[in-house]
Amino acid sequence: MIRDRDYWRKQARTGLTYLMLLIFLIGALLPFAGIFLTAFKSSSELAQGPFALPETWQFDNFQKAWDGARFGTYFRSSVIVVVPVVVIATILSTMSGYAFGMIRFWGDNLLLLLIVLGLMVPSEAVIIPLWKLMGTLGLRNTYWALILPQVGLSFAFGTFWMRAHFKSMPTELVDAAVVDGCNAWNVLWRVLFPLSRPALLSLIVLLFMWTWNEFFLVLVMVTGDLRTLPVGLALLRGRYAADVPVMAAAATIVSLPVIVMYFIFQRHFIRGMVSGALKE
Amino acid sequence: MKTRFFSSRLDNPPYIHPYQAYLFILPGLIIYAVFVLWPILNTARYSLYDWTGFSDPVYIGLDNYAELWNDDDFWLALQHNAFFVIFYSILPIMLGLFLTALMTRRTLRGMTLFRTGLFIPQVMSPVVVGIIWRWLFAYDGPINELLLALGLDGWVRPWLGDFTWARYAVGGVGVWVQYGLCMVLFIAGAQSINTDLYDAAAVAGANAWQEFRHVTLPGLRQQILVAFVLTFIAALRVFDLVFVLTRGGGPGKETIVTSLLIYREAFQYNRAGYGAAMALVLTVIIVTVSALVMRLQTSEEDAQ
Repeated sequence: MIRDRDYWRKQARTGLTYLMLLIFLIGALLPFAGIFLTAFKSSSELAQGPFALPETWQFDNFQKAWDGARFGTYFRSSVIVVVPVVVIATILSTMSGYAFGMIRFWGDNLLLLLIVLGLMVPSEAVIIPLWKLMGTLGLRNTYWALILPQVGLSFAFGTFWMRAHFKSMPTELVDAAVVDGCNAWNVLWRVLFPLSRPALLSLIVLLFMWTWNEFFLVLVMVTGDLRTLPVGLALLRGRYAADVPVMAAAATIVSLPVIVMYFIFQRHFIRGMVSGALKE
Repeated sequence: MKTRFFSSRLDNPPYIHPYQAYLFILPGLIIYAVFVLWPILNTARYSLYDWTGFSDPVYIGLDNYAELWNDDDFWLALQHNAFFVIFYSILPIMLGLFLTALMTRRTLRGMTLFRTGLFIPQVMSPVVVGIIWRWLFAYDGPINELLLALGLDGWVRPWLGDFTWARYAVGGVGVWVQYGLCMVLFIAGAQSINTDLYDAAAVAGANAWQEFRHVTLPGLRQQILVAFVLTFIAALRVFDLVFVLTRGGGPGKETIVTSLLIYREAFQYNRAGYGAAMALVLTVIIVTVSALVMRLQTSEEDAQ
């Protein structure tokens, strides 16, 4: 009898746990679901409640957001900025991470400390002189004003991340793969790079997300068509700003690439953000 | 000198020459130095100047800081940042601990689904999050509709335009964004707690709360510190979310935060020197607190 009661108690507790988690899960997802559904509705359908399904799934709102509200242009800017930042920062961080993680040299701790500083400083700390610097270089209101600082900031995290990765690689593995006459450059790109896929993938998805979502830098440095998606969305004014379904469609356009990436690589996102944080 | 530094003492494999390390670091370091380090130093320098951003800077010593000390808006913004620490750090950490306590010590199916779902607000652009919640909080929006449906007519209000409630509404969004990160950190930490400790607690007849209090919580100290640093930095830096939610600090100055003031002073009022002083104060607060907490973390590691 007693064992029976214990059993049911346990079952009830597990059930309650599931229920609680389910409530939180719904709380996390429902707002997104609401906005995505709204993006497919006509203005007159709004009155039927935020989570009512649209009568016909229409893409008019996306059309209006893409062309009328210029989100197609902003999308282009986002891609033009994100691709070079991720590619350049990944290559440069792999190189420096290798140096910090596998080569012993004089001044390594001091240099590393200097780079780690970049992990802590907020963009507010650099933005004013950066604005001035870009003006002096004639780069203000060009994509370079977005790409170069973001490569710099990504380099700080990337170096840190790749250093930890290379440090954890067994040296026997490396030494065994090295053939005579090999130099450090070849070892890095021919031996280590192919072995570093998981770490690189995590780094790439994180840099993609951070660069895609960057706001402050873009707001300050560029205007008009050079704006990327988040700034375009935040500064949306005029007739489309009052049009809730078009706003919803625009928000969907801004978030979709990150969401798709997240669902494909969710392990890498979480691993990167969690273990990246713990290593700090 | 050179030989000491570059060869015998540093035992690198034969195919590596230590000087190569500098060549590997240099390209990235140049970009980092020019576009991150150099600007940080200049923020400190410009904070000592009267400078519009266009004019020739005029050295005025610590005058900007003296003005800052007497600037009511600045103190108000800092107070709001401190208020948001409750919503960005303290509450999410407590909620994360609660969820972790629910999930540990039980084999649950679908853990990955929960983890993936609860973490989503972390990866979304804060602008999108702001747009979604502005819609939810609107006067004729879903939250007020729900209140009406529940018969709570008295609670219906324009949440983000309400002088009393705007701060809490913005804070609530902060909780929603941050607790997933805390939870994921804690679950990862809880998995590395020695299961013998739980068995011992069970033998000693500990109930769920005692088990949490004496086994899980101490085992998560490091993760809690990390979660605090990350969310604390987020609370002090918050910009885009407020920019969108309350269109830059409204109603009145009820949700104004430091980074919004920096943006306003430097890029709208053309007071770049004064904005730089604000930015430096904010940076010093962030770096000091982060360094102190991390120090706490490393000193604990040494003690073990």
